Amino acid sequence: MNAQPIRFVHRGQITEVSGLPVTTTVLQWLREHAHHCGTKEGCAEGDCGACTVVVAELADPANARGSAVAVGPLHLRPVNACIRYLPTLHGKALLTVEDLQALAPGRGLHPVQQALVDCHGSQCGFCTPGFAMTLYASYERHLGAGTRPTRQQLADDLAGNLCRCTGYRPILDAGQAMFEAPAARLDAEPIAALLRQIAGQTPDPFVHAAANPAYPEAQGASRLDHFIAPRTLEGFATVRAERPDATLLAGATDIGLWTNKQFRDVGDLIYLGDVRELHAVEHDGALLRIGAAVPLEDAWAALVRHRPELREMALRFAGPPVRHAGTLGGNVANGSPIGDSAPVLLALDAVLLLQRGPALRRLPLADFYLDYMKNALQPGEFLRAIEVPLPGADMPETEALRLRAYKLSKRYDCDISAVSCGLALRLDAQGRVEHVRMAFGGMAAVVKRAAGAEAALLGKPWDEANVRKAMQALDADFHPLTDLRASSAYRQRVARNLLWRFWLETRLDAPLPSSLSSVWSGQLPALHAV
Amino acid sequence: MPFEDLHMNKPFDSLPTAPATGPEIADFARSGAHPWPESEWPALREGARVGVSPPHESAHLHVSGQATYTDDAPELQGTLHAALGLSPLAHGKLLGIDLDRLRAQPGVVGVFTAADIPAVNDCGPVVHDDPILADGELRYVGQPVFLVVATTPTLARRAAALAREVIQAEALPAVLTAREAHAQGRYVLPPMQLKRETAPGALEQAMASAPHQLTGSLSVGGQEQFYLEGQVAYAMPAENAGMRVLCSTQHPSEMQHVVAHMLGWMQHQVQVECRRMGGGFGGKESQSAQFACCAALAAHKLQRPVKLRLDRDDDFLITGRRHGFEYDYAVGFDDEGRILAYEVTLIANAGHSADLSGAVLTRAICHVDNAYWLPNVAIHGFVAKTNTQSNTAFRGFGGPQGALVTEFVLDAIARKLGHDALQVRRANFYGIGQNHHTPYGQGVTDNVITPLVDQLAQSADYSARRADIARFNAHSPVLKKGLALTPVKFGISFNVVHLNQAGALVHIYTDGSVLVNHGGTEMGQGLNTKVAQVVADELGLDFAAVRCTATDTHKVANTSATAASTGADLNGMAAQDAARTLRQRLAAFAAERYGGRPETVRFSGGMVHTGDVTLPFATLVQQAYVARVQLWSDGFYTTPDLHWDAKTLTGHPFYYFAYGAAVSEVLVDTLTGEWRLLRADLLHDAGNSLNPAIDIGQIEGAFIQGMGWLTLEELVWHPKTGLLLTHAPSTYKIPTANDCPPTFRTALFSNPNAQPTIHRSKAVGEPPLLLPFSVLLAIRDAISAVGDHRIDPPLRAPATPEVILDAIDAVRAAA
Repeated sequence: MNAQPIRFVHRGQITEVSGLPVTTTVLQWLREHAHHCGTKEGCAEGDCGACTVVVAELADPANARGSAVAVGPLHLRPVNACIRYLPTLHGKALLTVEDLQALAPGRGLHPVQQALVDCHGSQCGFCTPGFAMTLYASYERHLGAGTRPTRQQLADDLAGNLCRCTGYRPILDAGQAMFEAPAARLDAEPIAALLRQIAGQTPDPFVHAAANPAYPEAQGASRLDHFIAPRTLEGFATVRAERPDATLLAGATDIGLWTNKQFRDVGDLIYLGDVRELHAVEHDGALLRIGAAVPLEDAWAALVRHRPELREMALRFAGPPVRHAGTLGGNVANGSPIGDSAPVLLALDAVLLLQRGPALRRLPLADFYLDYMKNALQPGEFLRAIEVPLPGADMPETEALRLRAYKLSKRYDCDISAVSCGLALRLDAQGRVEHVRMAFGGMAAVVKRAAGAEAALLGKPWDEANVRKAMQALDADFHPLTDLRASSAYRQRVARNLLWRFWLETRLDAPLPSSLSSVWSGQLPALHAV
Repeated sequence: MPFEDLHMNKPFDSLPTAPATGPEIADFARSGAHPWPESEWPALREGARVGVSPPHESAHLHVSGQATYTDDAPELQGTLHAALGLSPLAHGKLLGIDLDRLRAQPGVVGVFTAADIPAVNDCGPVVHDDPILADGELRYVGQPVFLVVATTPTLARRAAALAREVIQAEALPAVLTAREAHAQGRYVLPPMQLKRETAPGALEQAMASAPHQLTGSLSVGGQEQFYLEGQVAYAMPAENAGMRVLCSTQHPSEMQHVVAHMLGWMQHQVQVECRRMGGGFGGKESQSAQFACCAALAAHKLQRPVKLRLDRDDDFLITGRRHGFEYDYAVGFDDEGRILAYEVTLIANAGHSADLSGAVLTRAICHVDNAYWLPNVAIHGFVAKTNTQSNTAFRGFGGPQGALVTEFVLDAIARKLGHDALQVRRANFYGIGQNHHTPYGQGVTDNVITPLVDQLAQSADYSARRADIARFNAHSPVLKKGLALTPVKFGISFNVVHLNQAGALVHIYTDGSVLVNHGGTEMGQGLNTKVAQVVADELGLDFAAVRCTATDTHKVANTSATAASTGADLNGMAAQDAARTLRQRLAAFAAERYGGRPETVRFSGGMVHTGDVTLPFATLVQQAYVARVQLWSDGFYTTPDLHWDAKTLTGHPFYYFAYGAAVSEVLVDTLTGEWRLLRADLLHDAGNSLNPAIDIGQIEGAFIQGMGWLTLEELVWHPKTGLLLTHAPSTYKIPTANDCPPTFRTALFSNPNAQPTIHRSKAVGEPPLLLPFSVLLAIRDAISAVGDHRIDPPLRAPATPEVILDAIDAVRAAA
């Protein structure tokens, strides 16, 4: 394979980088190599947001724009530079805090920055560049849509940015005040022209190779690692089949930590992020099909569009910079027992579309997880899409399906669940349970359905006595561990109580409104318009 | 600027005489048109430079990524990067390290151990029990054992991560909890006892004869500082056996001293500099020393610049944090809830070494009273020695831990009597002129707690909301609301008398611009902004004319840590002293040249007024320069009237007290223990605030930070291995924007300091950290609603959902 340099647009120019290990992060490149130190490292694991940058790419007319921020021909997304590998920037543009002033010529500071100053939104200032970039993405989004954010929307936008000094009130103030100054928007066209130029010169697949000094070989040379980014599904399937041992990379929101924190050897990388077909979100008839490279932000938005009950889970699933980088496919394939998507997808009877070479097969998600961090993927096989049966809103099954997704964690935002669950049920005309799915995360080595609790309900009236029986059955379904997030006893107890809450909210007589069943009910705005 | 053609060959008279900066409000801005609150306009028009709210002096740099932190300074050629190899054992005997294997790792240039330290292997700030690198004994999981230096940070960290494989050690039994250490009598310092009685034997008598008694226990966890900028030091060998260290530290002088001590050098050989920190909160007071020493050791050994910037996980594993406390209490009280006798034991988890734990426990003991008269009281304090990170300063420095138990007890008293908790608190407040002596003997002479609480109870509509909440709870089966109002009284000054000193240097340059240097450090609290305001006020200059520079041990010597909330009190006074000396020299010069008396010369709006003459400050400065008037001065300040007897724990340790109170309302889910803060009202006493916006920022920030400590931020060590499992923001959760309550009202209480502090302001860094007691007790109130307020919920902190649900279930079981 002929290796190419990484080329991306930075500070209004095409920047070319070669010779750095393929797992070099955008943040390492900015700080250690380009010496642009405005972007900060707070945690190097995508949890504090100090390194937030905005990545812009050319909009793909074939795919809906999802939840990216559209500015002219560009789509912008805030992401964490600390876990984003530099080669994934190839063909894209990188905007950092240093770029903001350039967007406000002659004014000194961009309206986002000026608002932060005016509202006393910085104290130590170390998190501030990250806040500025997240707010900048919100700024462009709302200017583009002609809307203004509510305080609640701003707080949700900032869920992935930690500040230890201010208590956030002045930052939220700044998020509203930034619209008071004359608008200063990104001039997208010059960037788009450069991106088209790079695209025109990029072969398919794009291959980058670099020595990795951490892995010396004989005669003092270092091992050569590859980053391979196909652009078509066919090309991707071929590369995957040829290199079953290479690491598949999408958002790097987990793999980034493997290299940053655990110093794991990931070897060659095959990148899904540039495969057009894998970015598709399609809804045909009764099926929502989410491509494996669709960012979490877009995937959740699509799910919530069909099932508004999932809003809370969508908002609490990581923070926006992680949701814009990470993928639903990655979350499913990764198979963490505490992943929050699997319980919801299991409750909805999701099916995985798997591919090896040209061969396709469908596997119910319920059969995918074999054991702790082990799944049914075969060598060379990859997850192509997730298919979620979601009948159109006008179809009777949709109305009848009672669905909830609950998440328990120490913090509302961006925290790994102690317990999460997806609960779904449909009653027949006599009020008996004719369909039931109760899937839990955090309760076992894999996310799985509560077979005993489901059986206790199936065919029975949806009443208090049967719910109590199902709650008891849960005790036999799961024997959770004690860990830093919760004790076994707490997990067991709240799993039962969540089932109880589900009944309280969906009982036939006098269901409890969410304002009286969830402390978060006042905290849920509509998702951003898609 | 009008003086660009200034040249020594030109006569000064030909220079333009316009002021360098005008008096216009808008001209303040270095960063654009700052919208001043309308309430500040009249003061600004009159030339006020304090009591108004210019933004943080670095705000425009923060928002544009141009503020330089230690890791952002341009690196010298040949800079190497270090990482630390950490102990895998909570307790063990170090047998050996496979250094050859480490040296053979890619990119590694050097590996250093305790044996390489030229002089003293110690960085303990008070007691010399804190090895820089482990020597013989492994004391906790995460203790630095060796130092790897490599060509890149990644390669250094990869090699250091082999610690588990290259360290040979024999495991020894470890003590991981404070209760366990206390049971074994393992302490880092001797126990402390403070007893105060109305008459000999009165405590026991009052306890026995009190109409009501309660006993109980409480536990509160520690708290990670979570400064967003991790620990970092960058050491550069300098000529003539010198060392320059850039360090993110609250205590440059101590860094200078420990580095010199470690190398066996004189202090004048070491220069330590810190322009700003990305947060400190106490975590960079003593504990930046280990990293300054390690970077300097490697730089010295290799004679190359070496930077040590910790990865976040290593920062968590190596450094200590706020002390977790365990409490046992017994209290006797009357029918109104007045405390008659109170005995409390405080056990602080010190970790493996003393660090600042003695002072932390002392401050805890001095805050058990919080705002309350305790006629008969005994406080027993212990600093338990455990095989964990050595705990250290964190905003409040034991004060919050001392006061928390008493607030918890008052809450329990109110529930037992069926009274509103606020009524019981009021019954116990310190009096004016009577019932006003603290257990440690200092009189509370500036007490404003009653009017402050009255004002807040009214503005926050406490009584009506109490009734609303009762109605809501009566009709809500799953969700319950709770409300609490808690007060704060917090003593200001270092408990160690000699630390209450500060120095400053003020330079006036010939164009009239002013440069200020002082011994305090900027960690986001706005110290430099406030000090610059003080100097601008003193010299009648615009804000832009005054600039603060990096803290540097080569400028102001022998500085105290920027800690104990004293930064502005001490350094503001020192800078004012220096500026006042300069003003007096200039006034004398002006009076002599233009007539008038020196004491009537006015400096205002960038102009100097003497007799009938008004001229620009810059013009006067140029003339004074030519007349050979000294245009720079030092300034010095010591806090008066302090004394403290560490043996008897009595004296007058605080110059004054700061006060505050908060009302919080929460909503709790009785099925899961989840909760949300619905509204918080804060009223805080910052004296005559130097900068109201900055002070409100401190108050709100402390409130959210303290709320995190009490509810969210849980530290979990593995019960067998002693490994800290909550080691990064993925597992250790600090508040986010969604934890900021939707209704958040903060106001400053109007109360000029009774003491002549800098412009009669009050310190504001730490006291408001106690305001979120109201959140914890509001949660307790909501839990209590489950049992119709008849059962005292056995809550502990942090009150995570699991802890809350445990308490709910306990109340249900007892109801």
